[in-house]
Amino acid sequence: MNAATAPRVGLFVTCLVDLMRPRIGFAALRLLETAGCRVVVPDAQTCCGQPGYNAGEFDSARALALKLADEFADCEYVVVPSGSCAGMIRVHYPTLFAHDAIHRERVAQLAARTYELTDFLVRFANVTALPGRFEGTLTYHDACSGLRELGIQRQPRALLAKLPGAKLVEMPDATTCCGFGGTFSNKYGEISSAMAGRKCAAIGQTGADAVVAGDLGCLLNIEGRLRRLGDDNTKVLHVAEVLAGEPE
Amino acid sequence: MQITSAEFKRKASAALRDTQLQHALGRMQSHFVDKRAAAMRELPDVEALRDAATAIRARALRDLDQYLSQFERAATAAGAEVHWAETAEDANRIITEIARAQSVRKIVKSKSMVTEECALNEHLEREGFEVVETDLGEYILQLAHEPPSHIVAPVMHKNKAEIATLFEEKHRRPRLDDIAALVGEAREILRPHFLTADMGISGANFLIAETGSVMLFTNEGNGRLATTLPRVHVAIAGIEKVVPTLDDAAVLARLLPRSATGQSITNYVSVLTGTRRDGDLDGPQHMHIVLLDNGRSRLLGTSMEPMLRCIRCGACMNHCPVYQNIGGHAYGWVYPGPMGAVLTPLYAGIEKSVDLPNASTFCGACVAVCPVKIPLTDLMRELRSRQLAQGLRSSAERWGLRAWSWAAQRPNVYAWIARAAARLLRRLSGRRWLPGLSNWTGGRDVPTPEGRTFRELYRDRHPK
Repeated sequence: MNAATAPRVGLFVTCLVDLMRPRIGFAALRLLETAGCRVVVPDAQTCCGQPGYNAGEFDSARALALKLADEFADCEYVVVPSGSCAGMIRVHYPTLFAHDAIHRERVAQLAARTYELTDFLVRFANVTALPGRFEGTLTYHDACSGLRELGIQRQPRALLAKLPGAKLVEMPDATTCCGFGGTFSNKYGEISSAMAGRKCAAIGQTGADAVVAGDLGCLLNIEGRLRRLGDDNTKVLHVAEVLAGEPE
Repeated sequence: MQITSAEFKRKASAALRDTQLQHALGRMQSHFVDKRAAAMRELPDVEALRDAATAIRARALRDLDQYLSQFERAATAAGAEVHWAETAEDANRIITEIARAQSVRKIVKSKSMVTEECALNEHLEREGFEVVETDLGEYILQLAHEPPSHIVAPVMHKNKAEIATLFEEKHRRPRLDDIAALVGEAREILRPHFLTADMGISGANFLIAETGSVMLFTNEGNGRLATTLPRVHVAIAGIEKVVPTLDDAAVLARLLPRSATGQSITNYVSVLTGTRRDGDLDGPQHMHIVLLDNGRSRLLGTSMEPMLRCIRCGACMNHCPVYQNIGGHAYGWVYPGPMGAVLTPLYAGIEKSVDLPNASTFCGACVAVCPVKIPLTDLMRELRSRQLAQGLRSSAERWGLRAWSWAAQRPNVYAWIARAAARLLRRLSGRRWLPGLSNWTGGRDVPTPEGRTFRELYRDRHPK
């Protein structure tokens, strides 16, 4: 990408990153800018609407979908550092408006130009040099929505393979759910913790210095369980943080 | 079957603490997941086959009335008698009447989940008939007075030692500890029952409309004995089990055993058409087919119709990380796992099973393996929506949703709340318990936010 043709990319940071770990948002921003994108961050963004949608409250999800479509109307692409939220926009927004002749087209267009971060970088940006570096071993957890709704599996691994210093070690059952599931993690805390426990055991088997994933929800769940089990050493990182490294 | 799904959380919690059960569940990966994956790799184009299977099931449902009529005509022409049961009680009554009319005393059964739906065994025993389950797993459960915990491997929650103890106690024979010996003992006990039974009851994996046949996939051979030795055979099936042709069934046959047990084909595949004909060496003198509705026809033409495509392979539960952790009993009715999370509310009552569609992370593993591509997570989400509309969810949850939705549509309000929450959570970091989050903190530390929100920081760095 060169300056003249640099695409205008809207960054949707997600509500969880906004609240819990803003550095993931800034890491995504740095990666996109390094890749030559002109990045805009609409200030009024809140949430994609997934919590309400998955609770069965479809009206609020529709309202938030239209809000998001307005905010990102002038962006060629919308990039999201979360497979779950990107999947919500790409896969579920069109379903929500399938019978709405007025908004269907606009929502479909938004869905078609929305990408999960690593998917976007691999598809559209010829990433040769990454700003980050990681000395040690990494293991990658495939977050469910990104994996099964968007086919995010090869992309983060391809990028991590280019990261100086890092060595990827696969864990067993990397594609098995960590037990987060949004509000599931608190509604069914015991089951959720048990699922996270199995994930932690799989991570432990690799002996990796850090577990990496593309969704903050999963990371908070895995980190919470690791720490509770007494593991204070394994780093729990978003793929954007690893790829972008520490800001100068 | 009595529904106990309202106790889901309590039972799931107990299951997580049951070390023996956890050990049994630990075998699921190698027994089911890995075997299915290997069996699927034998196929040249799994996706094309799943699409073909989905289309066959969808076509059968689209013209279900016609295929059922065709089935009835063909089955009747082959000498069977077809009965229509609207409810489980109707099915139980019909089968009791058949048994009475034929002066039946002893009944042998091949495994059938539909009869669990009807609680047929209990009904027949109350009516004075001797009922013997002959599928090894179901036989063990009958001795133990327990419901199945899996639709394909009903006794997967029990280990060898428990079964040895059960056999020792119930058979009154010396204890055996070798699996082959235990199976041999069960065979010795069951064989005379086949020879002395007056009636055999089976389910049906498929009903073939063009031939009027009942198709069965089994592994132990008990299904064939139960349906051919006794003078009366009763097959009971949900009305959705019909497929148009034998060719259609052949397509589904390539997926059903692979999805269920990771076998290319089951040990026995039986196509049972009508009664014994002149010159036949075996077969029943009387064949009755009971077609059960029990809530199925209500789903036709609704957003839930795809659920009727289900061929009961169990792949959804085998691959469900929730099922893999808690097993089948917590679900509290006939069908556990993702299939049960949809079927139980629809057949046994949405208000009696509020937890089931909610107890899913929507990871989508079930959808990815379903041989007939049922969008299980979408159906669960739709059921969640119906629960909200019917006021079946807690008021705390409803108000929480409403407040969240209101705030998320107001960026300034939302930003203020997010800023406050980030600071509060930061201050509370390190605590092992937080009000409203006790289910999280029971097993996990509270995550520590950075303290300021992204939007705040971004504004600082990019002043307008």
